Amino acid sequence: MKIVLDHLTKVYPSSTKGNPDVTAVNDFCFEIPDGKLIGLLGPSGCGKSTTLNLISGLETATSGKIWFGDDDVTRVPPENRGVGLVFQSYALYPHMTARQNIMFPLENFKGSEKLSKEEMRAKADEAARLVQIEPYMERKPSQMSGGQQQRVAIARALVKLPRVLLLDEPLSNLDARLRLQTREEIRRIQQETNLTTIFVTHDQEEAMSISDMIVVMKNGIIQQIGKPQDVYDSPANLFVGNFLGTPPMNVFKGRVENGAIVIGNERILEIEGPENQEVYVGIRPEGYLLDEKGTFHCTKKQVEIMGRDTSIVFTHPDQVSESLRAIITLDNRDEIPSTVCFKLKPNKVEIFRADTEERIDYKVREA
Amino acid sequence: MRKVKPWLYLLPAILFLAAFMVYPLIDVFIYSFEEGYNSASQTFKGVGLYNYMYVLRDPYFIQALKNTFILVIITVPLSTFIGLLIALGLNSIKKFKDLFQTIFFLPYVTNTLAVGLVFMILFKKTPYSEGLVNMLINMFGGSSIDFIDGPYWAKMFVLCFYTVWIVLPFKILILTSALASVDENLYKAAKIDGTSKWRTFTRITLPMISPMIFYLIITGFIGAFKAYSDAVAIFGTDLNAAGMNTIVGYIYDMLYGNGGGYPSYASAAALILFAVVLTITCINLTISGSGRNDK
Repeated sequence: MKIVLDHLTKVYPSSTKGNPDVTAVNDFCFEIPDGKLIGLLGPSGCGKSTTLNLISGLETATSGKIWFGDDDVTRVPPENRGVGLVFQSYALYPHMTARQNIMFPLENFKGSEKLSKEEMRAKADEAARLVQIEPYMERKPSQMSGGQQQRVAIARALVKLPRVLLLDEPLSNLDARLRLQTREEIRRIQQETNLTTIFVTHDQEEAMSISDMIVVMKNGIIQQIGKPQDVYDSPANLFVGNFLGTPPMNVFKGRVENGAIVIGNERILEIEGPENQEVYVGIRPEGYLLDEKGTFHCTKKQVEIMGRDTSIVFTHPDQVSESLRAIITLDNRDEIPSTVCFKLKPNKVEIFRADTEERIDYKVREA
Repeated sequence: MRKVKPWLYLLPAILFLAAFMVYPLIDVFIYSFEEGYNSASQTFKGVGLYNYMYVLRDPYFIQALKNTFILVIITVPLSTFIGLLIALGLNSIKKFKDLFQTIFFLPYVTNTLAVGLVFMILFKKTPYSEGLVNMLINMFGGSSIDFIDGPYWAKMFVLCFYTVWIVLPFKILILTSALASVDENLYKAAKIDGTSKWRTFTRITLPMISPMIFYLIITGFIGAFKAYSDAVAIFGTDLNAAGMNTIVGYIYDMLYGNGGGYPSYASAAALILFAVVLTITCINLTISGSGRNDK
């Protein structure tokens, strides 16, 4: 099912007089192709859960339209939209077993859709098989681990064969190891069912790892839509650049001057294209190379050896980010001098306009 | 040392409980088997079941037992049901919720006897007035009923009405907080799946608040079995004459009332009450326990 959001807006009237109304979702336009996994990504309070609720029908749009395929569902109540929703807290019915939870949506069918007990059991078993929780069907939620509860919640959302699957922060209540495993699982289930799936997360790694497409949001406004790697490689603006990637991008105050990116007095990268102007320079942590002839000098603060990689924490007088970090691969365990010289990988350096914070395209000038 | 400390902390409470709870309990138990015990001379004639036989044959006790049972059977389910209805109503409104909550809670903090006075005005016939309720009945063409000194069913009606009204605030309070504590997401999940309102209520709301409902029913039973002051507030202290005595009222009368001075009979009646309450509570717990396992 293709989903189209057409100038979708949600405004919450202010609860107290004098305060301005809150626009949680501001003029969203995007199209979700059939059978894709989409990650809605943004810091908390950016309107991503509201977007999900609008698609599910739990909230109604102030203006704009939502299309499921050729159906305008903007004013359709949630039960008639055919959506499966998995809640952040799972929202399993605590007094029912896993099986009863999964069968619950089926028991709501009325009229010609009504199923016999055997059909319901069969469908519940099928959903359970898909999420691999068959051994736990007679257990109550309190007797299951977080990961198992999560699977039951997904099975419950899938059992009535929804047109769209929505997941609200599906991994945030799991521990780190389970999170990795479950996110593969969600990807697998999505691919097996080929359902158009939208999930909300504030964790960029989670979004990047399993999505076909990510939508980065801030304050109810879409910042960028694209394939995860594309968004990472060419962030539309400073916010997106900063938000994607751990450790985050290192940001400096700098300028473009006579065909070079300059931080302080050092020409760190020879480029062509942009005119002379003040810019923010963003450098990905993996964009540094230790090189004695490097032009970018920084002051070492501390070195952290993390098995495979070495991370150098450093400072620079023109830094904007609170902490700066370079991740490099060290072949020998040589002492790193207190003033480090870096050479920069050009495709890991971005520049953003100082006023609008939008990214500026540039070409690297070959020496 | 570690073992002694907790007992040391508990000691004051244990001492008081022993002196004012445990000792009297044992004493009541002993009195109930001592025939013709006289508290002034501390003497008794013999030991046996005589007190129980007497109490169980006493028409006043039979009347009190009957009154109490009717009161319990009518008021406990009724007040719980009405409480649930009001709590559901309160839970679904936004405007004036606090105001209504306060209004519904007022009877709880009002003195029993003051409320009794209000009920007198509502129901009692005096030389000057027929009582508010009778005025209403007259308005609709009915003839006056004497609710305070009249037929048994009318008196019982007033007592039940009064009891329901006085226990309602607590039930509403407990049930509104129970309803509010149900995870909002469960309702959202049910809504997404197209669950009807009635099914949402019976399959989700009721099971979620059932522990609180059972709590209210058990405490309601115990409270109603111990009813006394309510009857006094409406019918005055001579409850036997009014035919509206309760078990606790009977116990009190046996101790201090006009025909009082019979601690043995009172003790026997108290133990019968204890046995009844214990039985009912056990039945309740069994039902609620097995109910929970089924779900």
